[in-house]
Amino acid sequence: MSSRDAILGRVRRALADVRQDDTPYDQAIQRDYLREHGDRGVEETVDLLAENLADYRALVHRCTDEELPGVLARLLTGRGSRSVLVPPGLPASWLAGVDLPRVQDRLESTPHELDQVDSVVTGCAVAIAETGTIVLDGSPDQGRRRITLVPDHHICVVRVPGQVVSSVPQGLERLDPNRPLTWISGPSATSDIELDRVEGVHGPRTLEVVLVSGLPGDEVTS
Amino acid sequence: MSGTFVGMPAFPKAAHEAVNNTTLRGNLRHATHTIRAKRAKAVTEVSDWAALREAGKRIKDHTLRHLDRYLVQLEESVTRAGGTVHWAADADEANRIVTDLVKATGESEVVKVKSMATQEIGLNEFLEAEGIHAYETDLAELIVQLGKDRPSHILVPAIHRNRGEIRDIFTREMSEWGRPAPEGLTDTPAELAEAARLHLREKFLRAKVGISGANFMIAETGTLVVVESEGNGRMCLTLPETLISVVGIEKILPTWQDLEVFLQTLPRSSTAERMNPYTSMWTGTTDSETADGPRTFHLVLIDNGRTDTLADEVGRQALRCIRCSACLNVCPVYERAGGHAYGSVYPGPIGAILSPQLRGTASEIDASLPYASSLCGACYEVCPVAIDIPEVLVHLRERVVQGGQVTQQGSKVVLKPAKGHAAERAAMRAARWAFSHPGALRTGQRLASRTRRFHPRTLPGPGSAWSGSRDLPAVPAEPFRDWWQRTNGGKGEGK
Repeated sequence: MSSRDAILGRVRRALADVRQDDTPYDQAIQRDYLREHGDRGVEETVDLLAENLADYRALVHRCTDEELPGVLARLLTGRGSRSVLVPPGLPASWLAGVDLPRVQDRLESTPHELDQVDSVVTGCAVAIAETGTIVLDGSPDQGRRRITLVPDHHICVVRVPGQVVSSVPQGLERLDPNRPLTWISGPSATSDIELDRVEGVHGPRTLEVVLVSGLPGDEVTS
Repeated sequence: MSGTFVGMPAFPKAAHEAVNNTTLRGNLRHATHTIRAKRAKAVTEVSDWAALREAGKRIKDHTLRHLDRYLVQLEESVTRAGGTVHWAADADEANRIVTDLVKATGESEVVKVKSMATQEIGLNEFLEAEGIHAYETDLAELIVQLGKDRPSHILVPAIHRNRGEIRDIFTREMSEWGRPAPEGLTDTPAELAEAARLHLREKFLRAKVGISGANFMIAETGTLVVVESEGNGRMCLTLPETLISVVGIEKILPTWQDLEVFLQTLPRSSTAERMNPYTSMWTGTTDSETADGPRTFHLVLIDNGRTDTLADEVGRQALRCIRCSACLNVCPVYERAGGHAYGSVYPGPIGAILSPQLRGTASEIDASLPYASSLCGACYEVCPVAIDIPEVLVHLRERVVQGGQVTQQGSKVVLKPAKGHAAERAAMRAARWAFSHPGALRTGQRLASRTRRFHPRTLPGPGSAWSGSRDLPAVPAEPFRDWWQRTNGGKGEGK
């Protein structure tokens, strides 16, 4: 007998005392918890996102869509970056003011090559205000997971209020589990030394989030 | 389970040594008290905590009650998404499967994400014996590995080490494994984290095989979820060409939506954060044009005592555990004894009910674990999936003392009562006889009241261990039942 059959057989024997119950799953579990915490307007939700991002040491900037190229140029220059990784579908206008070598992530690029790049600029799929989380789903403006991992400086552009939701349940509703997803809440950190939080281990040690209003594709969140 | 802990002394002996280690007690007190206060604050932030906890419990119970169905569904989903599913009945089979998969890649080193399942099966030691080096990449796991030490906490395996000890380990050992620690390394946590970053970077960048566990597996979609802080998880999950995930069969959730409960309760319970810095979710492999991450994905599902635990109607609730470690951080016994005394990769209250179920109660350490608790219930109160740990502890104590039917490796066996509890059993038999013979009980109580001036203050013989730190209860001047009759239940004269 294969181990698969052995394990499944053991499970069935172990559950011999459990009575048969064919209630469909969506009726079997009562979900009495909240869909979001608190009662906020759209503006307040964006403010909460900014506050919680900053609380976990992300650097938060706010601007309009006209100001975005200037803000990105200033952030990259201010850091002294010499090169910037660019996902394939990043809107060209975003980096219009940036005069730095742009590195494309190709299928055959090695991690060592990506390690030579100073910064990366991406969009995001959704941002969750209550937890200060941005989620990347590998869309063309975000690229492969590794490009936001190996460089030490990540600038993430969030379209507000269109990409912002209040809560984790609302965030999951917007995401597609078939895409590779990365949830990011502040820069890399550890609590491994005396259970004290220290920022900056293997992922980007600097996370900058630019909240941009007025970009196309905006709709008011529920 | 792992060979690492074979031959451990019983809990009381190991704990006795640990409580005399003042550095260890200082480190643990500092760490557990820090996290306790933070967790309480993080939980207060969500007004529906009780509802989330109840939903978490129900989702897990439902899943366990239909585990066969969800395992088959998960296998289909993962396979459809391009992954390969393997089944391992025990630790040895899981280790052999992983070793063969690594060997098939031609590689002789792997990078690892912190994983309780691979610790449980002793994977690193097994790989080493087969000539494959496994590098732990979580900071605390690295400290344990470099220090040739054993983990003592589920979330922070090096919780027993303070910053000074960590600096010494890094300075002494890093050069043996790769890039040495920077010159003049101090003991500030930021510098220690930086040293780990530099040391591990080269290993991440050249790694071809990654090994992980998973916090959750979604049956309907085949998605695996790894929750972490440092980014070492992301490195191991995305840069290598081959990814092997070793996961206990109880880590399944039926639907994508279920994550909305656990992604709220797990970070707050474990590191006391609204959300942990990084969570990775992947479903099989991606197609070649836009390939993102490993091209080859293997999922190794392990039983290793879980189905035996599932067969126990009281004890099966331990399988709800999401390994947050909140119960360790609040436990007065863990705080003083430390994790090593529990003789298992699962220390603390959850370990005290999990290890004796996964491994059985045959060894001295496993038979002693259900007693490694004051039954104060703090663990139950903080548990985000409401595991009634005290209930299971008492249940396991009964099993140890009385023996009875249990399931071991899928077969029903009858355990004999454990040795060393003969006096307890004799006392219980005597009590049963006395309570079913009211005349004898009355005579005995009156005799005890009349002779009370002559009662010793401590117990003789082995009983002295108990009365050494406790007062014996004083016998009243008059038995209760006599008083009741004499005073007509307190309504009559006197008191």
